[in-house]
Amino acid sequence: MFKYISIRFCLLFLLLMSQSTYSATTLVAVAANFSKPMTEIAAGFEKATGHSANLSFGSTGKFVSQMENGGPFEILLAADEKSPEKLIQDGFAVSGSQFIYAVGKLVLWSATPGYVDDKGGILSSGDFTHLALADPKLAPYGAAAIEVLNGLKLQEKLLPLIVQSESIAQAYQFISTGNAELGFVALSQVIDNGKITSGSAWIVPAELHAPIKQAVVLLNNGAENPAAKALLVYLKSAPALEIIKKYGYDLAQ
Amino acid sequence: MLSSADLDTLLLTFKVAGIATTIMLLIGTPLAWWLSRTNSSLKGVINAIVALPLVLPPTVLGFYLLVLMGPTGIIGQFTHWLGIEALPFTFYGLVVGSVLYSMPFVVQPLQSAFAMVGKQSLEAAATLRASPLDSFFSVVMPLAKPGFITAAILGFTHTVGEFGVVLMIGGNIPNKTRVVSVQIYNHVEALEYTDAHWLAGCLLLFSFTVLLVLYSQFKSPPMAQQFK
Repeated sequence: MFKYISIRFCLLFLLLMSQSTYSATTLVAVAANFSKPMTEIAAGFEKATGHSANLSFGSTGKFVSQMENGGPFEILLAADEKSPEKLIQDGFAVSGSQFIYAVGKLVLWSATPGYVDDKGGILSSGDFTHLALADPKLAPYGAAAIEVLNGLKLQEKLLPLIVQSESIAQAYQFISTGNAELGFVALSQVIDNGKITSGSAWIVPAELHAPIKQAVVLLNNGAENPAAKALLVYLKSAPALEIIKKYGYDLAQ
Repeated sequence: MLSSADLDTLLLTFKVAGIATTIMLLIGTPLAWWLSRTNSSLKGVINAIVALPLVLPPTVLGFYLLVLMGPTGIIGQFTHWLGIEALPFTFYGLVVGSVLYSMPFVVQPLQSAFAMVGKQSLEAAATLRASPLDSFFSVVMPLAKPGFITAAILGFTHTVGEFGVVLMIGGNIPNKTRVVSVQIYNHVEALEYTDAHWLAGCLLLFSFTVLLVLYSQFKSPPMAQQFK
């Protein structure tokens, strides 16, 4: 009887062991704007490859700062092109591993239906008291928003009304709770299957700001991890691209 | 060196902390007095509520404040009814948040100081026909002076060090809600380590000096006094 049980345990043990040799886990830092699509992509990735991805969401700036100080992440999906390049230059990421996985779209959004018109005229005519955007120093979407205000020559008028959040996720939080009447967020935060899910929005035309090219990079920590490499490959696969498009991103040309 | 923007954040921080500490002493004194004298069954509940910010993550407090003080929240609708602008992203929003967040650091030292004022001195005052209010100001307050000093200093310094709540309800507006802890955080995130070092060093020096003065005045740690 004992023998039988111990053999079963041995088999179970071997089974678990073999699992762990073939499937690995990778730790991924994800720019806040990409949290929804990445959650879906990670689920598909786990099903398709048996590897798993642990996702951490935050501002690109924070992740760069953490990586420069010994952060544990293996992949960074940034909200810009500059940050991955900087990490490579500073010797924290694998040179040549970076590519653009999505081109982001900026949107002026309000939780109130009918508040934002489809030309963004509210910016010059509105009598709102708070305009939320992510800190332009830390978040590329915040920098793009400032560029739009400058281009529309509205910076002078709107500067006193700006409330800054530390990431695009917090900008969404300020607006969705109604504390800021409107603000700039990523299209991916307010879209589902090609439709704005709630409130009202103006998708800012691409010519009003430099394209938000979002690059991914393999960090030194993940250079030897099969799961990290597999995830970079999976990001270019048809199912992943489908999800990226679904959330309103353009794909890199 | 400290830039003028950094100096502004220091000044603003001290302003928030000063006003919040004054309010906390005004509310905290009667509250602590009542808590130290009462046998009411509510005592436990009130004590627990006052002590909550000690154990709750500041993000919980910040999240509730953002939702409750916003235009659709209960407090937000009340301030709207009063004709005041909604509190998030305002200076007074930070003051309200700080008062809630630092209250235990004011109430608890006061409460233990009041508890140490014996019944005899109050009864002696009463036989000399001092009214309760009179004996509070001329007997209790002088006796509880160390408690007041501890409460004020801890309340003030704890507010200066506040971060999570401000991050959630502040909006990082220069001269209104951009306090020093948030400024340091942003410097670090933007990899501006020199600026971060200057500000962080200032805060470290400030906190150490205050605590040094406090601890050399009273031989035992202030927060430990209440357990005596």
